[in-house]
Amino acid sequence: MKCDLCNKKATVHLTEIVDEQMSEMHLCEECAREKSVQMEQQFGLSDLLAGLTDFGKQVKTADKVDLKCEHCGITYDDFRKFGRLGCGHCYDAFKSHLSTLLKKIHGANHHFGKTPKKLPKADKKKVEDLQELKNKLMLAIQMEDFEKAAKLRDKIRDIESKKSK
Amino acid sequence: MKLDSFIDNTGEWLKGTGDNANIVMSSRIRLARNLMGFPFPNKASKKQLHQILTTVHKAIEEIGYFETSSLFKISELDNVDKQFLIERHLISHDHATNPDGKAVLISKEEVLSVMINEEDHLRIQVMQSGLNLDETWKIINSIDDALSEKLDFAYSMHWGYLTACPTNTGTAMRGSVMLHLPALVMTKQINKVMAAISKLNFASRGFYGEGTQASGNIYQISNQLSMGHGEVEVLQNIKGLIRQVIEQEEQARQALMLQNKPMLEDKIFRSYGILKNAHIISSQETVDLLSMVRLGVDLGVLKDITRKCINELFITIQPAHLQKIGKKKLSASERDAKRANLIRKKLGGT
Repeated sequence: MKCDLCNKKATVHLTEIVDEQMSEMHLCEECAREKSVQMEQQFGLSDLLAGLTDFGKQVKTADKVDLKCEHCGITYDDFRKFGRLGCGHCYDAFKSHLSTLLKKIHGANHHFGKTPKKLPKADKKKVEDLQELKNKLMLAIQMEDFEKAAKLRDKIRDIESKKSK
Repeated sequence: MKLDSFIDNTGEWLKGTGDNANIVMSSRIRLARNLMGFPFPNKASKKQLHQILTTVHKAIEEIGYFETSSLFKISELDNVDKQFLIERHLISHDHATNPDGKAVLISKEEVLSVMINEEDHLRIQVMQSGLNLDETWKIINSIDDALSEKLDFAYSMHWGYLTACPTNTGTAMRGSVMLHLPALVMTKQINKVMAAISKLNFASRGFYGEGTQASGNIYQISNQLSMGHGEVEVLQNIKGLIRQVIEQEEQARQALMLQNKPMLEDKIFRSYGILKNAHIISSQETVDLLSMVRLGVDLGVLKDITRKCINELFITIQPAHLQKIGKKKLSASERDAKRANLIRKKLGGT
C-alpha cells in the first residue's frame, strides 16, 4: 500500500473518527512523523492546564479541597472542574493552591510588571519598592548569590504579608 | 458608525506597511482587565453584566482616546454580523456565543477594540501592521493607564492583574505576531520551527484563530506566560524570537530562489492566473493561492499588486464578508462564485 501523501510505501495506518465519520489514512514513516508533529501542536492551553490540576476529571472524594470563596460562592473543586475563577477574591480564598498552580503554569508566582495608575499612594510606593526588590532578587539568582537572594526573598515576603489585601 | 462601514475601510493592521512587512503581517497586544467589586463574567448576573458594560463604556468615552469609536452590543447583532467581526479579528468565537451583556467597542481604523464581558470584563486589543510591538505597546499601555484612572481594576501587588483564568494572571498580557511563512512550509522546515517555538513557551496557531490549522501559510506566535516577567521584557523576548523566525524564512526564500527559481515563479504565476480567472473558488483554494501571490509580491516577481490588496483579500474572502458585500445571505456554492468574482475584480482579471 502506498502513502496517501507521497508515493512511498505506507507503514503507518491511522483511523480517525470525527462526528461518527470514520476516515482512514495510510502514511509512510516520514509523512507520519510530520503529521504527528502537527497533532502535537493542536494541544492547547487547556490540555496543558488539565495536566497540571485535575480539570475536567471527576475529583475523588479523598482529594477534595474544602475551600470556598465567600464573595462569589465558587468552591476550589468548581474551579478544578471548569478552570475559571469566579471573582478577584477567589485569589485570596484559594491562595496556597493557586500559588502552587501558578508556579506550575508560569514558572513563577509573583507579578513583575505594571501597576494600575489608581492605587492609594502608600500602596503605590510599596509596589515600586517591591518591584525593585524583585528585580534585585532575579539578579541575585542569576548571579547565583543565594545568600543575598534569601535575604531579599524574606524582605519581599515581609512587605507582602503586611500589605492590605 | 455602522458595522457595514467597516467593509470599505482597511484595518490599520492590514496595510502591509511597517518593519519586515514582507514576512510579518501584523502585531497585536491584548490586555485582560477586571473591575473590582464585580464577579468575573462567568459568575456575574445579567444585571451586573449590564452595570459593568455601562461603567466600562462610560470610562472609555471619557478618556477620549479614540474619538470615533463605536460600541456594538452583541445581542443586537445577527449571525452574519457576529461572524463578520470574528473574521476581522475584532471579537473571539466565545464572545459571539451567549451574547447577554456582551459588547465590543471598535475604533475607526480598527487599531483598538475592546471586548466587554468576554472571559474577563475587559479585553483590550491593539493591532498594528508589520513587526511593531513597540508602538503597539505604547498605544495600549497609555490606553490602559488612562482607563486605570477611571476604573478600579482588580489587582493585587502579589499576583498582578487578576483574571478569570489563571493562565492570564499577572501581566494579563498576550503579545502576538502574525507571520507569513510560505518558504518554511515549502522546504518542510515549519514543523521543526514551530516545535522549537513551543519548547520556548510560546504558542503558535493559524491565521483564522485558536485551534485552526495554519492555512495560507500564516502563523500567529504569542507568549504563553504572563507571570514572572514584566510586559516590556516579554515583548522583547517575542521580538527576539520573531527576528529568528524571519531570518529562517528569508534564508528559505533565498534557497528556493537559488535552487528552483523557474519552478517557484511558475507556481506564483499559475496561482495569480487562477485567482484572476476563476469563476468558482473555495476559500481553502483561495487562501493557498493568495499565499503564493503574496510571496510573488514579496520576492518582486509580481509587480503590479500591492501587499495591502492581498492582505485585504485574506479577510474579505471569508463567508460573512462575502455576504456583507453582497448584501444578502449566500449559500456555500453562491459564496464560491461571489468569492471568485470579488477576487477577479480586485486583481483586475477577466
